[in-house]
Amino acid sequence: MMRQDAAELRALIARHKRWDVVFGVVGLLCLAVGLLTFAALFVDMLVDGYARLRPEFFTEFPSRRAGQAGILSAWIGTTMVMLVTAAVAVPLGVAAGIYLEEYAPKNWVTDVIEINIGNLAGVPSIVYGLLALGLFVYEFGLGQSVATAGLTLALLILPVVIVATREAIRAIPGAIREAAYALGATKWQVVQGHILPYSTGGILTGVIIGMARAIGETAPIITVGALTFIAFLPPSPVGTEFPFLNFEWLMSPFTVMPIQIFNWTSRPDPAFQANAAAAGFILVFMTLAMNGLAIWLRYRIRRNIKW
Amino acid sequence: MADPKPSLDSLPLKAHAAGLNFHYGDFKALKNIDMPIHDKRVTALIGPSGCGKSTFLRCFNRMHDLYPGNRYAGEIRLHPDNVNLLDRAVDPIEVRMRLSMVFQKPNPFPKSLFENVAYGLRVRGINRRAILEEKIEEALRGAALWNEVKDRLHEQAFNLSGGQQQRLCIARALATEPEILLFDEPTSALDPIATASIEELIAELKERVTILIVTHNMQQAARVSDFTAYMYLGELIEFGWTDDVFIKPRNPQTEAYLTGRFG
Repeated sequence: MMRQDAAELRALIARHKRWDVVFGVVGLLCLAVGLLTFAALFVDMLVDGYARLRPEFFTEFPSRRAGQAGILSAWIGTTMVMLVTAAVAVPLGVAAGIYLEEYAPKNWVTDVIEINIGNLAGVPSIVYGLLALGLFVYEFGLGQSVATAGLTLALLILPVVIVATREAIRAIPGAIREAAYALGATKWQVVQGHILPYSTGGILTGVIIGMARAIGETAPIITVGALTFIAFLPPSPVGTEFPFLNFEWLMSPFTVMPIQIFNWTSRPDPAFQANAAAAGFILVFMTLAMNGLAIWLRYRIRRNIKW
Repeated sequence: MADPKPSLDSLPLKAHAAGLNFHYGDFKALKNIDMPIHDKRVTALIGPSGCGKSTFLRCFNRMHDLYPGNRYAGEIRLHPDNVNLLDRAVDPIEVRMRLSMVFQKPNPFPKSLFENVAYGLRVRGINRRAILEEKIEEALRGAALWNEVKDRLHEQAFNLSGGQQQRLCIARALATEPEILLFDEPTSALDPIATASIEELIAELKERVTILIVTHNMQQAARVSDFTAYMYLGELIEFGWTDDVFIKPRNPQTEAYLTGRFG
């Protein structure tokens, strides 16, 4: 008896569709747990720190008096460290990714390297801090400087940049690559004229996501010995006299946003907690802004690339 | 057919394959192929899927060198200088500069029309605007695309229709003045009208360049080619004037394929 009448069939479909509703509701709840937790945190920080979110907060050095303390040295320190991180991680990571995708022979050595890049991304950040303490601070004598912190965070996000580069390259269809080779291009001409331009969007996204992770890292920065209280700025990278650039800032002591937050949180005076909340809000905002930038850049670049 | 066809031996050659064998790893994809490619003629390669016709075509511009584990034996000699394209001492890049290829699916670069056609020239170090403009116009005219696109050379190539994209790819291949133009099922992703325009173009192009075309469409081979080669399981079963192959094939296997008994 295969043939069912229409009413029976409809009842069967309705019964099956119930599971769609059930999963829809469960899935929405799961999503809400994540989103609401984050929203609650964000709003809580905003409420606690709102009173402190004034322009002076960005232009004042930290102080013993909570009401006068600001994040000037922290956000400038963070910006400088991020500059070093990007300047080191982007060329190294992109070059390594291109090499692995386009040049490396496909053999077991490459396979081992590939697997280990994945593993590197999972190494706890404190381990990078310990490595940096031994290598950059003592061995290379870079001290507890902006350069040390930037290099440490660069190591930390290098796997992210490499993986993002490779994925972006792999998204380029083989037919496009073959078209370029068939016209007599060398590998480097293909990389320069096609692979790099077409993967820029994906690479940038990966870089920014890596940077957004690095900006909030505390453990490795504490390990290499960032100061927790600092009432001066590193020397300015741009000067008024020739050659207008100087690199003393690289060797300067510094602090960064997460360390400033950590420092304020550990103070007994509740007024500092408001400072910590305000600085936390700004840090989250910086991260969100970077992610937003990544999305916008990807959209902008992909608009001109279709296959 | 009333007109007497000249004997094959009297026609000038552009290339010939001799004792060509090809392996993908352990799999032998081409078996001892000997075949002439006549100058300024269209030669079609037909046969069922997996017969090796595309593999054979891709030997000509050494595309197989891009992937590991591929091995050639035997030779494909290019006339008149008699260089063996498959010789290890011959740089595949040199081979690809002399022979152009048009692929199965239109694969324009995600760049402007101008830059698409210019790319082969840029690879050769030609960057002078005036020269590029002249060559690009010539190539686009050759590909019967100039009138449609002359006012929008700086638009993105993916805004063109599928048939226009394929003609753009043909222009890109023509811009470098190749000695042989290789077509790998160039119309399999196109609608019948676009297909007809590409076939018409092939008929025009053979005045200027030797053409080798792989097609899964037997009627297409019959329409566009002077010579047809039927391949099966990596072997060349039959080669001859297209009329002869289609009307009175010598080999019963060719006849079975052409009459639709298998394939």
